[in-house]
Amino acid sequence: MDNKVAAVTMRNITKRFGPVLANDRVWLDIYRGEILALLGENGSGKTTLMNMLSGIYFPDEGEIAIDGKPVVIRSPRDAFELGIGMIHQHFKLVDVLSAAENIVLGLPGKLDLKAAAQKIRAICDAYGFEVDPEQKIYDMSVSQKQTVEIVKVLYRGADILILDEPTAVLTPQETDKLFAVLRNMRDDGKAVVIITHKMHEVEALSDRVAILRHGQFIGDMPTKNTNAQEMTNMMVGHAVTLNIDRPEPEDPRPRIEVKDLTVRDVEGTVKLDSVSFTAYTGEILGIAGISGCGQKELLEAIAGLQPVEAGSISYINDDGSREELLGKDPLAIKDMGVALSFVPEDRLGMGLVGNMDLGKNMMLRSYRSGKGVFINRRAPYKLAREMVDFLEIATPSVETPVRRLSGGNVQKVLVGREISNAPTVLLTAYATRGLDINSSYLIYDTINTQKMRGVAVLYVGEDLDVLLELADRILVLCGGKVSGIVPGRGAKKRDVGLMMTKLGGNAHEQ
Amino acid sequence: MNNKTRTPLFHVARRAALPWYKSWAIRGGAVLLALLVCGLITTLVTGEDPIAVYAAMWAGSFGTSRRIWVLLQNIAMLLCVSLAVTPAFRMRCWNLGGEGQALIGCLASAACMILLSGKLSNGLVILCMIVTSILAGAVWAGIPAFFKAKYNTNETLFTLMMNYVATQLVAYFCVVWENPKGSGQIGIINPNSQIGWFPVIAGQKYLLNILVVAVVCVAMHIYLNYSKHGYEIAVVGESERTARYVGIKVERVIVRTMLLSGALCGLAGLLLVGSTNHTLTPTLVEGRGFTAVMVAWLAKFNPVWMILTSLLLVFLSRGAGEIATNFGLNSSFGDILTGVILFFIIGSEFFINYQIKLTKGAGKEK
Repeated sequence: MDNKVAAVTMRNITKRFGPVLANDRVWLDIYRGEILALLGENGSGKTTLMNMLSGIYFPDEGEIAIDGKPVVIRSPRDAFELGIGMIHQHFKLVDVLSAAENIVLGLPGKLDLKAAAQKIRAICDAYGFEVDPEQKIYDMSVSQKQTVEIVKVLYRGADILILDEPTAVLTPQETDKLFAVLRNMRDDGKAVVIITHKMHEVEALSDRVAILRHGQFIGDMPTKNTNAQEMTNMMVGHAVTLNIDRPEPEDPRPRIEVKDLTVRDVEGTVKLDSVSFTAYTGEILGIAGISGCGQKELLEAIAGLQPVEAGSISYINDDGSREELLGKDPLAIKDMGVALSFVPEDRLGMGLVGNMDLGKNMMLRSYRSGKGVFINRRAPYKLAREMVDFLEIATPSVETPVRRLSGGNVQKVLVGREISNAPTVLLTAYATRGLDINSSYLIYDTINTQKMRGVAVLYVGEDLDVLLELADRILVLCGGKVSGIVPGRGAKKRDVGLMMTKLGGNAHEQ
Repeated sequence: MNNKTRTPLFHVARRAALPWYKSWAIRGGAVLLALLVCGLITTLVTGEDPIAVYAAMWAGSFGTSRRIWVLLQNIAMLLCVSLAVTPAFRMRCWNLGGEGQALIGCLASAACMILLSGKLSNGLVILCMIVTSILAGAVWAGIPAFFKAKYNTNETLFTLMMNYVATQLVAYFCVVWENPKGSGQIGIINPNSQIGWFPVIAGQKYLLNILVVAVVCVAMHIYLNYSKHGYEIAVVGESERTARYVGIKVERVIVRTMLLSGALCGLAGLLLVGSTNHTLTPTLVEGRGFTAVMVAWLAKFNPVWMILTSLLLVFLSRGAGEIATNFGLNSSFGDILTGVILFFIIGSEFFINYQIKLTKGAGKEK
């Protein structure tokens, strides 16, 4: 590699957000004809570093050079002129426009959709994309939208591509397709950077890996010269084990029985279609599926937050008596004596209040307790202090607003509060999304502890590798229907992946 | 390689939370700077001595003990309306109808005074005034709240429109109850019997209002920060989804809080009619319902800080009036100075939240 001139050279890049040092004198080289995996835990500064390359942030210190020439990137426009294109985690597309319209949006010159469509097709043919230039964005799947984002960047002539966690929203099959495209681009001489924290993606795709930790550049090396364990250790800073416990369920008894549950959203689209299953005590029921296949509606229906069109959700007491949860709001469910805890996907938008401190967030569940019009503030703050110790929450104090905490600590606050009232049912949605490895394992352990206590756990997950290791059974949702329920032990990733995209998976093929 | 010239000289970055003394130092600096700029403008435009102008401003508010009482009364009434809109604002429900809610309270009080005098004893008339004006304010806020809770209508427009309805209603009744006939005005109500006039405490006409509002201020502070209701308001304001998630009935909280908001506006109307003015005009509230929005925002919805921000705004407006009369300037000149000062105060918040960083090495040879 020494004979190549780096497409991008970043030297001594430093970026601060207030007191937080997001990037600390980072060195990074990006070469053409190579896929670089930028690896690091959440909050290690990967996205910040790439945002400086794509003109979203401006570095406090340091130099950037493109093909050996020093440059100043002040805006995304500057970045585009230098051939740098970034595909963000959250797509920036206009829903009511077609793919072609989105792609040419904001470009100077006369609007010629026909010529644009032709150029788009040429790009697609060259790299193996499938995009219909006429298709409207709202008709597209997440993976198609991502493709449009990538084509948009290529259309503008980018030859240095940065993808921020591109696989977070994809099924295994879609991921494979994306990787094939990225390899084509590499072979075409483009420089490709993918930001990720998934080890197997690094191994499957990248030629070189660069690792960041706490904003500092730890090292880079050819991917073939390293392995998952070494990379993990570099990422975390110390040796970690990568196995998740899965104790056998003890004395499982039915706890929640869902029958023929059908849910429509406000637009009348069916989100859940005759879903039936039973969740048992002392068991983790994993729920897999492409995002937006009804996972959210399912959990929210059980938690009393989602209007339901038909079906029933029974809570089965220890003595076998049943109670209907449908049609009851969270307060009514609590008043029935059902200790139901819910860790929702949207932590700061639903589970917690970002601008409130830890104590006040603990209060969310308990503020009604006690007589009188005034709030008992002492108990929740005491609980908050206990949680800080118990879950090792890194916070200046329990009076700190939770939005100031890192993603992992925010989640610990939420999970801590939800398990503090000794639940019998625990619903979790993407409990470890965006969390670093240490925090993730702490959450897995906490969930396992609840399982051992006899709690019926519903675990909605996106990382199939984790689901396959953690869950006792896996319920696969596909387009709002139950595609199948498989035992977690011995399930194959490929099979579950197929079930996610097609009802019943490969059973139909045979 | 002449890219270096393109390096921006500075960029804006978010600050970490500043300690309170630093942020207050920035605010204080902003006020000083504002006074300096105002002085410059005064000298350049009018040729008056800026020090004399400031002295006149000061004298306008603190010149005599009577002026101090008027100042305090104005602060109290502005504070009362500001406190009234605050619970709604904390809930991110933009009640811009404080003006109309207070005015409808005025109307209810005046109606009691006019229609019930001679029929009920003074005490009962006052009791009726209290009940009806508070109720009227609550209803005036309750109508938009109901529609917001039930049909998710926009409360900003709705409450704003209710102001005009209230103004027109009052204008109508001013004609109906005109006194003397043909004047189109109500004039002082019950000037001789003084029925429905609130008692004067310790010989100070304005003391009652000031005391009532002081109590409301403390009560509001406690209600918002220490009660279960106050907590629910904060949660609904921060995130309705979180509120539903923990089982708070969002619609109920919206209606309840708006009723409280309107009731306190009604109280302000009651005090204006019963205690201070003893009359009814369509402009009796003097735009306080709108100024209150600024008072509440400047104080970041903190009832105690609102004492300071309403003092500031009342001081500025009285000072502006004083300058206009003393120096024979157009009254708009006072408004210009007020505008400049507010611009600096509001602008200082930017420097509390953000800092300007000079780019290191900008323009230097590499």
